[in-house]
Amino acid sequence: MVEKTSANLKAGPEQLIYASILEKGMLVGLVILFITFIIYAFGIMKPYIPLDQISQYWSMNVHDYLHHAKIEGGWSWVRMLGYGDFLNFIGIAILAGVTILCYAAIVPILCRTKDWLYALFAVLEILILGLAASGLLAVGH
Amino acid sequence: MKIYSKVSLILLTGLLCTLSLYGISEAAGTQATSSAAGGHVWWFWPLVLLLVTFVMGIFAVLGGVGGGVLFVPIISGFFPFHLDFVRGCGLLVALSGALAAGPGLLKMNLASLRLAIPVALIASTCAIAGAMIGLALPTNIVQIALGATIIGICILMLTAKKSELPDVPKADKLSSILRIYGVYQEGSTGQIIDWKIHRTPLGLCLFVIIGIMAGMFGLGAGWANVPVLNLVMGAPLKISVATSKFLLSITDTSAAWIYLNKGCVIPMMVVPSLVGIMLGSFVGVRILAVVKPTLVRWIVIAILAFAGVKALLKGLGI
Repeated sequence: MVEKTSANLKAGPEQLIYASILEKGMLVGLVILFITFIIYAFGIMKPYIPLDQISQYWSMNVHDYLHHAKIEGGWSWVRMLGYGDFLNFIGIAILAGVTILCYAAIVPILCRTKDWLYALFAVLEILILGLAASGLLAVGH
Repeated sequence: MKIYSKVSLILLTGLLCTLSLYGISEAAGTQATSSAAGGHVWWFWPLVLLLVTFVMGIFAVLGGVGGGVLFVPIISGFFPFHLDFVRGCGLLVALSGALAAGPGLLKMNLASLRLAIPVALIASTCAIAGAMIGLALPTNIVQIALGATIIGICILMLTAKKSELPDVPKADKLSSILRIYGVYQEGSTGQIIDWKIHRTPLGLCLFVIIGIMAGMFGLGAGWANVPVLNLVMGAPLKISVATSKFLLSITDTSAAWIYLNKGCVIPMMVVPSLVGIMLGSFVGVRILAVVKPTLVRWIVIAILAFAGVKALLKGLGI
């Protein structure tokens, strides 16, 4: 009985796998974000929007910002990684994407334990987050 | 004498915060009119953002609230940044906090993945809808709704009770099918506690609203997650708080992608905010041992109410 209780106190294998990937992804994302920000803020790489002009843009709404700065939405930042400011999007995308990896990692475990309902939930979550990340759901003012 | 010193401290801190925010607000107004003439050097606002989010991080820990709920109303109310970017940034602030806390809470088995997965599926789907609604509506309407929501959150913080171990006589049918239950050990007493939940359909329905609001305002949603998990669904307080924090990492991910793809992310706002909040939280955890949280909670509510009124007035153009 005691053994059973102490076993229950521990997190399940899918929870531990999820936690482990989340932890690594979070650390990698944050480290990359801070390094790329230093590269950007110290002018090691030329930014797309010069630092002394950035304050002209942040008070605009996003539509005007994209229009005046001639930036496209969605994944267009990938093509602009040669600029210091857009380099920061690598870390941001990792932070926003690690959850999808966590879900992908637990699906096989849930299937192995025949936890079909939760495996379905996990797959649906991957699809939902994937749809959000895809940039297909574009809206605006 | 003791009560007088407490009241004085609250009033003094409230006054200082109000004056600081008013000063920032005035400077923002000046900057808005003189930006063409270069009112401030480019790093002025990121630096102020770093300092304010540092203080915010301390207050968030001491007041028991997430960074996002403080960030959006305060920064949108008193800084020259447009609400679109503040919401995008607020989501990333809340997301980073949740990502940092999530792994530890999962490993300790305080955050329950079985409880989080169905809830997150609903909340994250609705957060996408919320983000799309928020980005499609005119800014002043979102600002008014934000102000009203923040004032509502203050009322919720003032009135909502918490239950360490809610009485759940019988698990409901849905939670039994989903096998949402668990065991945890109360650290302070060593007691092993079996928990289960009830009213699952009602709780899941409430996460529709929570998800929409989280995406619409970029607030994070810990302020609503915890009462629903704890008071409605009957999860123990510790499980509710931990699962709520972890849940934000999923809910905010979906909304953050919408804002990111829309272009509402300016790194010069995001990184100083993340660093500020993280350092502030680090200091806050250490101060927590010597400061009475109830006192700070009152100050946090006062600041939030002030920021809520400011957002409302800004939305109404007053």
